[in-house]
Amino acid sequence: MIGADIQILLPEIVLAVYAMLALMGAVYTTKDGAASLLTWMTAGMFVLLALVIGVNGQGYNVAFDGMFVDDGFARFAKVTILLSAAIVLLMSEGYMQRRGLLRFEYPVLIALAVVGMMVMVSAGDLMVLYMGLELQSLALYVVASLRRDNAKSTEAGLKYFVLGALSSGLLLYGASLTYGFAGTTLFSGIIEAAEGGASLGLLFGLVFLIAGFAFKVSAAPFHMWTPDVYEGSPTPVTAFFATAPKVAAIALFARVVHDAFGGIVGEWQQIVAFLSVASMFLGAVAAIGQTNIKRLMAYSSISHMGFAMMGLAAGTVGGVQAMLVYMVIYVTMNVGTFALILTMEKDGRPVTDIAALKSYAKRQPLLALVMLVMMFSLAGVPPMLGFFGKYAVLLAAYQGGLAWLAVAGVIASVISAFYYLRIVYYMYFGEDTQALDGRTPPVLWVTAVVTGAIIGLAWIPGVNLFGLDPMAAAAAATLVN
Amino acid sequence: MGNILTLTTFLPLLGAVILALGLRGDDAAAQRNAKWVALVTTAVTFICSLFILTNFDPANTDFQLVETTDWIFGLQYKMGVDGISILFVMLTTFLMPLVIASCWNVTTRVKEYMIAFLILETLMLGVFLALDLVLFYLFFEAGLIPMFLIIGIWGGKDRIYASFKFFLYTFLGSVLMLVAMVAMFTEAGTTDIPTLMTHSFGTDNFRILGIQIVGGMQTLLWLAFFASFAVKMPMWPVHTWLPDAHVQAPTAGSVVLAAILLKLGGYGFLRFSLPMFPVGSEVMAPLVLWLSAIAIVYTSLVALAQSDMKKLIAYSSVAHMGFVTMGIFSANQQGVDGAIFQMISHGFISGALFLCVGVIYDRMHTREIDAYGGLVNRMPAYALIFLFFTMANVGLPGTSGFVGEFLTLVGVFQVNTWVALFATSGVILSAAYALWLYRRVVLGDLIKESLRSITDMTGRERLIFAPLVVMTLLLGVYPALILDMIGPSVAALVDNYDAALAAFHSASQFAAN
Repeated sequence: MIGADIQILLPEIVLAVYAMLALMGAVYTTKDGAASLLTWMTAGMFVLLALVIGVNGQGYNVAFDGMFVDDGFARFAKVTILLSAAIVLLMSEGYMQRRGLLRFEYPVLIALAVVGMMVMVSAGDLMVLYMGLELQSLALYVVASLRRDNAKSTEAGLKYFVLGALSSGLLLYGASLTYGFAGTTLFSGIIEAAEGGASLGLLFGLVFLIAGFAFKVSAAPFHMWTPDVYEGSPTPVTAFFATAPKVAAIALFARVVHDAFGGIVGEWQQIVAFLSVASMFLGAVAAIGQTNIKRLMAYSSISHMGFAMMGLAAGTVGGVQAMLVYMVIYVTMNVGTFALILTMEKDGRPVTDIAALKSYAKRQPLLALVMLVMMFSLAGVPPMLGFFGKYAVLLAAYQGGLAWLAVAGVIASVISAFYYLRIVYYMYFGEDTQALDGRTPPVLWVTAVVTGAIIGLAWIPGVNLFGLDPMAAAAAATLVN
Repeated sequence: MGNILTLTTFLPLLGAVILALGLRGDDAAAQRNAKWVALVTTAVTFICSLFILTNFDPANTDFQLVETTDWIFGLQYKMGVDGISILFVMLTTFLMPLVIASCWNVTTRVKEYMIAFLILETLMLGVFLALDLVLFYLFFEAGLIPMFLIIGIWGGKDRIYASFKFFLYTFLGSVLMLVAMVAMFTEAGTTDIPTLMTHSFGTDNFRILGIQIVGGMQTLLWLAFFASFAVKMPMWPVHTWLPDAHVQAPTAGSVVLAAILLKLGGYGFLRFSLPMFPVGSEVMAPLVLWLSAIAIVYTSLVALAQSDMKKLIAYSSVAHMGFVTMGIFSANQQGVDGAIFQMISHGFISGALFLCVGVIYDRMHTREIDAYGGLVNRMPAYALIFLFFTMANVGLPGTSGFVGEFLTLVGVFQVNTWVALFATSGVILSAAYALWLYRRVVLGDLIKESLRSITDMTGRERLIFAPLVVMTLLLGVYPALILDMIGPSVAALVDNYDAALAAFHSASQFAAN
């Protein structure tokens, strides 16, 4: 019995063991000397696991009496998380190296965070959920303050930790209420207890759980930590925050509301719809005044999470499918954008002021074009993929009976178009000022150009988003039934 | 010849790719090569579109030369052409080589400039040929990107403001259309435009926030599409982005904007609003007619007060587009025929007028009317051509401008006499501002010192104007050239519209009894 359970958990176990071995190995041997090698190895490990999960994973498997679920949905999310984490790790290597930040703990912590995320998306029980969430969060708190001699980075880590602890508290409180009124922490038990209408206590539990998730996906009004943490963390870490943990958190969100509370969609639909509309507008309006590109991307991600939650709010299979499509496209856009942000340097020092991009197009025509594609995609202008993501969630929301949410969403996307256009304006229309360094590490160049090509062209008939849509549909179908 | 439509649409894009990948450097030779590549590409595209024209059968009112491929999200990549879209395709491919030829004097970032125009041509052709809602939206919206860059990079002094205003204004209009498209897909279960044309959308009245929606779903959908097309058109009172965009855009950008991009709105009304939401159109038609009448009179008056030539012509465009919306929503054969005719003819005339401004702007670098006067003394050929297009703009019989205005007025007269009355006064006003502009710029004595050495049009400039003059005259004296082409399709459109309305009214009559 245990053997079969462990078989299902194997990818997580392998990664966890790998992380610990790597830690021990590095501590007892070369310390930071092995950091570069470790980074590449960890990224390779991620890709390998993604391949194993993506190619080998089949069917609906349950381990430990339903505490751990391995279904199509979890596999979809895991592959997305692993691949994006691998790319971000590779992107960060050069940057961290040159700033003396490439300690061997960095890839190890990232690996542990990824283990946490994989457990999160497979959770079938509130306890497992919490375990995965905390493993992820604790690793991320440390990574945020990796630049420990820098006040802003330390502040980012501390802020993230304190607010994260608060949200974990909310979540635990919700979990205990749920346990109290459902009599079990298993999702399969909770959904039975909620059948035919939830008791008031269970609803309270649901609300607190959602508040906790909203913090993790940085949805308004629980978004306050996002801009500061994004700004303070080293840029590669920001890139990581913007991608894999977001996928994990929103997948977990979807997992809980559908697996545990799928019988009372009407009860949480309004809450999610509110979070969605609040995030979209806050992200759109608050980003207008930003001059720091990392803060801008923080608000942009808040807004995008609002759109992803629009799919979730629909409460249907189509909604989850749209959400997954949206997240994959969102992650691709962010990887590309951050690859370009990582190249922004002046005299070897990182620059985050948007105005530094002035007349970027004259000096780096190709990279500026990639950035243009990314910005229009983030704004949701066709033919970039960002538009198709928006189309999918709008369709899901409308079919879920939330026409007002769809209208609110498109209006928010027009507001947010303004600040994406502003970046294009700096790159293409701006007067020449002090130039950024022209140095572009090959890894960043390749990442930027490849993601740019995907975002700009993958819609072409024949390429059809590389079959993303049917894959997401299959994944969503295993979650919602 | 199985995929001639796709080929024609994406040929300019191919040219853009060749330019982007194959051309290095920014010296005079590279610039000349870029211009030649662009010119040849647009010329070949025009030849390709001639094949579409010869394979097109005007008597057949269905979509022709249809191509279908499966696409993402259950959508289809579907292209096709019918009597309504064929002429817009021809207009686009005909004008683009002239537009490219008109920017022979540009020297800043020439390669990118050409690429932007080639991509824009692909997107404009795509709009007219797409037969899937989302594909249409894709082309429709994507066109904003190159235009935003054209205004923003190569524009005038206030180009930043104008480009942002252009983008955000039109973007806001179109996203509501996107929601409507999602709603249509949900209700009809398909995004296929020919199928949607035969689908009757719900007409049951309901209330939203306490407001009674007459015509129900159809009216709401109609309004959402209206938000997009009215901004694009542009109709009063959402026209304010146009003068800014026109004044700041470079000459070639203005020509494309006035001659082709404005027609996307009118085409949208004909493709979506009338055939898909007949009840919504009937409910809202009075509003459109009155807005058109206001647009014609008001913007003509505003045009009288302008001191900038481009702004004056921009306002004149708004007024002429007023005739188009008026014709479309009178929803009879003459009205719709006239609207299409007016759009095509306005494409030639307004394009030519912006080119006329471009000719003297290239020499004097100002568009202020006060800076000119007495040009006839130094530029007789220019004076003649400018006079010709001024007269065409006014709607002189014998030019294509007359036919369009006359037909739309005939159409609207049968529906709403008062609107026809006000609109006709616009014809007089347009004569006033156009002739006054001509007098101030061209006639009189040449007293400005700076104009003493101005030179007449070069051979290249004359060559650009020649096809436009020919087309304007030809359509003016032989309008059947266009009307025979669009007639059957328009007749089918109007018949279906009337039949749908008759069915609706008899059904509501039945319900009332």
